[in-house]
Amino acid sequence: MQTLAKLQILADAAKYDASCASSGSKPRDSVGGKGMGSTEGMGICHSYTPDGRCVSLLKILLTNFCIFDCRYCINRKSSNVQRARFSAAEVVALTLDFYRRNCIEGLFLSSGIIQSSDYTMEQLVEVARCLREDHDFRGYIHLKTIPDASPELLAQAGRYADRLSINVELPTEQGLEQLAPEKNAAGIALAMHQVAEHIEVARQQTQDQQNGKLVSMPRQRQTARAAAPRYAPAGQSTQMIVGADSANDATILRTSSGLYTGQRLRRVYYSAFSPIPDASADLPLQAPPLIREHRLYQADWLMRFYGFSHAEITAPAAGGMLDLELDPKLAWALSQRQHFPVDLNRAPKQWLLRVPGLGVGSVQRLLAARMVRRLRLADLQQLRVATSKVLPFVELDDYHPPLGMLDSSSLRQQLLGKMQHGSTQRHHSGMQMPVLAQMALF
Amino acid sequence: MQAQTDSLVVALDGPDDFAGFRQAARVLLALNVDPQALHWRWSDALSDQSAGDDLFAADAAGSLAGKALTPDMLDQLPCPPGQPLRLKAAQLGLLRNACCHSHPGRFALCYRWLWRVQQWPGLAGDALDGDWREIERMARAVGRDIHKMHAFVRFRPSRDAQGRELHIAWFEPDHFCVREAAGFFMRRFTSMRWVILTPQCSVHWDLEQLQFAAGGRAQDAPGPDAGESLWLAYYQSTFNPARLKEQAMLREMPRRYWKNLPEAQLISGLVAGARSRTGHMLEADALGEHA
Ligand code: SF4
Repeated sequence: MQTLAKLQILADAAKYDASCASSGSKPRDSVGGKGMGSTEGMGICHSYTPDGRCVSLLKILLTNFCIFDCRYCINRKSSNVQRARFSAAEVVALTLDFYRRNCIEGLFLSSGIIQSSDYTMEQLVEVARCLREDHDFRGYIHLKTIPDASPELLAQAGRYADRLSINVELPTEQGLEQLAPEKNAAGIALAMHQVAEHIEVARQQTQDQQNGKLVSMPRQRQTARAAAPRYAPAGQSTQMIVGADSANDATILRTSSGLYTGQRLRRVYYSAFSPIPDASADLPLQAPPLIREHRLYQADWLMRFYGFSHAEITAPAAGGMLDLELDPKLAWALSQRQHFPVDLNRAPKQWLLRVPGLGVGSVQRLLAARMVRRLRLADLQQLRVATSKVLPFVELDDYHPPLGMLDSSSLRQQLLGKMQHGSTQRHHSGMQMPVLAQMALF
Repeated sequence: MQAQTDSLVVALDGPDDFAGFRQAARVLLALNVDPQALHWRWSDALSDQSAGDDLFAADAAGSLAGKALTPDMLDQLPCPPGQPLRLKAAQLGLLRNACCHSHPGRFALCYRWLWRVQQWPGLAGDALDGDWREIERMARAVGRDIHKMHAFVRFRPSRDAQGRELHIAWFEPDHFCVREAAGFFMRRFTSMRWVILTPQCSVHWDLEQLQFAAGGRAQDAPGPDAGESLWLAYYQSTFNPARLKEQAMLREMPRRYWKNLPEAQLISGLVAGARSRTGHMLEADALGEHA
């Protein structure tokens, strides 16, 4: 089969995986090297497809042959799709060519399971090894690890990859048993745990080295410091399919919260179950609304950057489901009106972060400005935030919410009326401003 | 010394001459020159199109043309000892980016803010000051432009006069951001010869240094090659028709970039086909064709 035909099959088969990010790795470039590539903190989205998702990595499967039969998966053994398989060299060549054209940040490589978990994992690792060692490739590599692969292979994978991921697939063990009978939750958790440990050890070594604790040769006057071994410097991520089983949002977010704190995952991706061609009969025919996936990302964002716990976010959720009409922060504030209004001139940062409509950037600006003067209503307008969302919940020197507004039973309706639908938080914005602390003479 | 002239023209080296602006502003601030008395001009050294977009060009041409001072000349002026302004490095970075904006009033705005900060130092920390917010907005627009350039430049393989491989790209930024953006490509493609052509300025990496030259034309860049079809095939296959979200795509990849993105020619076809394809899939499932 021609490369083009394989690419069509194996990219198509990989598109159901939501992870796309290429951020969070250690900065590096290709100056002084033989190959090419760099990562400068924030990843770059090189293109966008009409489904609104970005193209940051060449996301493909090594093969879509699979010995497993996970119901939700288009590559399962019993699926009637066309099969293809790339050689490691073909994937390497494609990655390098797309990278040279500046179309991608690197490679996201996954695979159906062929022969055995270890055999498959070896193939994935070989692609990464070849890119790194034979071609001195310094771009981003994300490997999807095969849960049952041996610990030695996991250890190797992390030395070449920026990020490793193992999909938990479904929010509950029952869901997994029902829809992916050959996989088991304990195995997935164990593999994640092993990766987490490797990451922790490498992090510790880097730190010790920076603190000068590691001396490579005794009695040597000038200690040459060997580079600390790097292990998946961009951390570990996972994906959960939403809407294929009956788990509600509260359950999903509890699982995520456990993964963030327990396994120290960097990201959890939510993938609204997508109707796939040739679907298994015990799956829903209809996709869950994409807005549900969006609300989960917003809630996840609140856990990671705004100090919310999963239980707080889902407390106002009827039947454990997030409000589809309102973003989770606004829904939370409406259910916790006794804490508002928040005085923007006095309240501590963590409370400013809880005001609907105020993002991390706006809060930083408000805090900076109030160090030098009092804040007034005009300042909110300067910020260009969605004031209709913010105003019921804040006070300023020259503004107090109208009496009774916060207690009004119609506040929700009023807000819905004023708010433009789809005023949403972006999951990731590609842009970054240099944040440098030191002073400079102008 | 107070400014003795009613107005003073400062001539910068180019539309993105932040170093010149900084040098001039330092001296002008030490002399306490009122922002209203200043006109900023710049030559478009790298391009043959003249700086016709200078806000002040019209009235400056007649009365002040002969009096333009360059930052170098300003440096020679006797300068009263003064406290230099202290800014945070992040603020300096924003000023630098704002000065690459295509708005003709950018230098005047930046100077006005600096002058006001000098009058009242507390202003430096006022993240919500109107002038500062405008500077931030300009800087953000430029930052976004730089970022989009990093993302949307598409190199095509070609050969130079000596027959060596040379990757060439054509790109049209909104602002004067090529110099700011070029370092990224140098760090990423250090061992590859490449050229990026834009209407205002082109930049060439010869494996040793970045060279800036006059702008180019779209037809100076090579057309699509065979390898590009693989990229197009990938773009097409990675799109999930069941999740059409055109608005989200447009927010991040506005139409003005499309004409230089090879994959963008596929978009309308993909969108048109998406709804019917999804419909077919659901129908097939409902009929149990997969069983
Ligand atoms: S193991 Fe992976 S590729 Fe194979 S059927 Fe399950 S989810 Fe699909």
